[in-house]
Amino acid sequence: MVKIIIWTIAVVTVLGLVLALVLYLVAKRFKVEEDPRIDEVEKAMPGANCGGCGFAGCRAFAEAAVKAPNLDNNFCPVGGNETMAKVAQILGYEVKEKAPMVAVVRCNGTCQARPRINNYDGYASCKVKAALYSGDTGCSYGCLGCGDCVNACQFGALSMDPETGLPVVDQEKCTACGACVKACPKHIIELRPKGPRGMRVFVSCVNRDKGPVAKKACANACIGCGICAKTCTKEAIVIEGNVAYIDPAKCKLCRECEAMCPTGAIHGVGFPKPLDKDAVKARIKERQLKEKEAKDE
Amino acid sequence: MSKHTFSIGGVHPHDSKISRECAIEQLPLAPVVYLQLSQHIGAPAKPIVAVGDKVKVGQPIAEPGGFVSAFIHSSVSGTVKSIAPRPDLAGNPQMCIEIAVEGDEWAEGIDLSDTLVTEIPEDDKAIIEKIRLAGVVGLGGATFPTHVKLSPPPGSKCEMVIINGCECEPYLTSDFRVLLEKGEQMVVGAAILSKVMGNVPCTIAIEVNKPEAIAHIQEIIGKLGYKGISVMPMKMRYPQGSEKQLIDAVMHRQVGSGALPISVGAVVQNVGTALAVYDAVQKNKPLVDNVLSVTGECFPHQANLQVRVGTPIKYIIDYLGGMPEDAVKVISGGPMMGRAIANLEASTLKGTSAILFLTAKQTLRAPETACIRCGKCAGACPMGLEPFLLYRYAKVNDLEALEQNAAQDCIECGCCLYSCPAHIPLLDNIRQAKGAVLGAIRARAAAAKAAAEAATVTPSAAEGSKK
Repeated sequence: MVKIIIWTIAVVTVLGLVLALVLYLVAKRFKVEEDPRIDEVEKAMPGANCGGCGFAGCRAFAEAAVKAPNLDNNFCPVGGNETMAKVAQILGYEVKEKAPMVAVVRCNGTCQARPRINNYDGYASCKVKAALYSGDTGCSYGCLGCGDCVNACQFGALSMDPETGLPVVDQEKCTACGACVKACPKHIIELRPKGPRGMRVFVSCVNRDKGPVAKKACANACIGCGICAKTCTKEAIVIEGNVAYIDPAKCKLCRECEAMCPTGAIHGVGFPKPLDKDAVKARIKERQLKEKEAKDE
Repeated sequence: MSKHTFSIGGVHPHDSKISRECAIEQLPLAPVVYLQLSQHIGAPAKPIVAVGDKVKVGQPIAEPGGFVSAFIHSSVSGTVKSIAPRPDLAGNPQMCIEIAVEGDEWAEGIDLSDTLVTEIPEDDKAIIEKIRLAGVVGLGGATFPTHVKLSPPPGSKCEMVIINGCECEPYLTSDFRVLLEKGEQMVVGAAILSKVMGNVPCTIAIEVNKPEAIAHIQEIIGKLGYKGISVMPMKMRYPQGSEKQLIDAVMHRQVGSGALPISVGAVVQNVGTALAVYDAVQKNKPLVDNVLSVTGECFPHQANLQVRVGTPIKYIIDYLGGMPEDAVKVISGGPMMGRAIANLEASTLKGTSAILFLTAKQTLRAPETACIRCGKCAGACPMGLEPFLLYRYAKVNDLEALEQNAAQDCIECGCCLYSCPAHIPLLDNIRQAKGAVLGAIRARAAAAKAAAEAATVTPSAAEGSKK
């Protein structure tokens, strides 16, 4: 009996030692040389693995960043400039500061403004709904309201407002990873610069129908009238396909377009004071009069 | 009882053919019709009339916009009011020609008499050209231009023409009424089709729930003395009327993934198409009307109507007494493959086969529960796919895996959804994913084509520089 125990211990020990040696040699022979900086960069990343940078996860981003000659094409939207500064420090690169972005919902067809003309009782997914038909309102461009963007958001930054039936972005939580942009089959959500102190002006509509058709479907629709483009002194607004678009790079946040928009499709957010439409309109009128006088002279 | 049916999958819903006794009735002309430019598979037609033009019934108003495309003819006489986008049955804007109806004056050369013309013209090419000029498209649902189907690519040989009279979708009775009331014309149309394809045998497939039609068509074939045409009674099974399933049932041949029926020597045409071919070739009458069933348990005035293409759905419903009170859903087509109509102002298309009313109880979708891995969906899929797997891939949008598992072969018949005891929205998700996969395949093909063109251009350019 004792003999069996001794033999067993001996055999297992010898076997263990031999296999350990084999493992040691294999590990030595087939060692994968890996840049130690990859681990360091990965540690500096937020670790959300959201894919917002265009890579499969934070590890994949770290590998790509270490391999790349500079950081121009690699940016972590979630970590933002802070994280990128850390990454640049580890890798000894320079990093260009990027303006922080935020998701904006370009549809303001609330339940009141956009009457429902039929009832959708199919599977609750915007993607499925969009593949079937134009939606339960007269607007074939607007929000379908099934919340694919809310489901796509890993950061809890999106929620459906039950009153308006539209998604709402929590700009504190939004990391601009772009998952909602990809999830929306109607391409309503856009990533825009957050703006100075979170102030920004944008057109909250993507309806490309002609004015009367758009207006009939939704009281808040952009009708492509072009008043905003005419009012804007910075040439920041273009009308394309019956819908206005404000170039964030050119916009100086004067909010004149917002005051002049006849349907209220232009939204200003993050401003400390609510917009005094009459005062702005008076200001525009005065300026236009002066311009006219200068022209006449 | 017949045993002919396809080999895998399928379901057997109650056939609910409640409008089967209603004879075909002519719908009075609507005050205005809207003819959509895209009512067939392929490129949309290009309008050849201008606003303000006077048109007659049967006059071409739009020409094909490509090889796979079709003529569109005015279905009424009157004045062209506008050519503008209008929401279609699904609410999406589509270019439409609006014609205000004035009288009912037909274009010249159209034979409107009832006499049966049995003599078939000699020249095959002339017959196909006549079919093309008449704007005939497949009326079984897919609306594929018929002249394209009748011009097989070189090297392929047709061995059998199958006339699809299965009408396996519940509720639909328009094909059944055509078989009963216009059987002679339909049989001559079938004879024309079999002659054009090289005098091949022709099988008219009719499901056994239409015994009157089977007997009637057999009698007509005997009377007219066609040797090559036969009737094949089919076992009731859905989706027997689908092209690939019908070829399997009749010829016991399987059409490969992405291949056309002609690759196994078959050409399948619907009963309605055969009738349209007869009208086009023997009577010079373009495709300006079709027969559709207006039905549903909650609808008291069931009917099979001969309707001019482009008639507003609302006009048809109002003619038959208006919307039934307890109907919550109006469907274009049958309950299995049809789509809910989002916009009753929209008009019928060449391929509209039915208007079906369903009640809240009938359309109720039970709450979804967890998959119990019973495999019923895989057993029911007539294409041999695994819907439960495709559903999971569709949820995570894995296009590569979807393509490997042949999501693009899905015929959207709905058997998986019908058979699922957990009420999982299988088809809803697979249909959406199929669209994405087909888009990816098309994009890849376009990229490959562009690359091939670039490759052929470069060497010749290099040669040119050498010279």
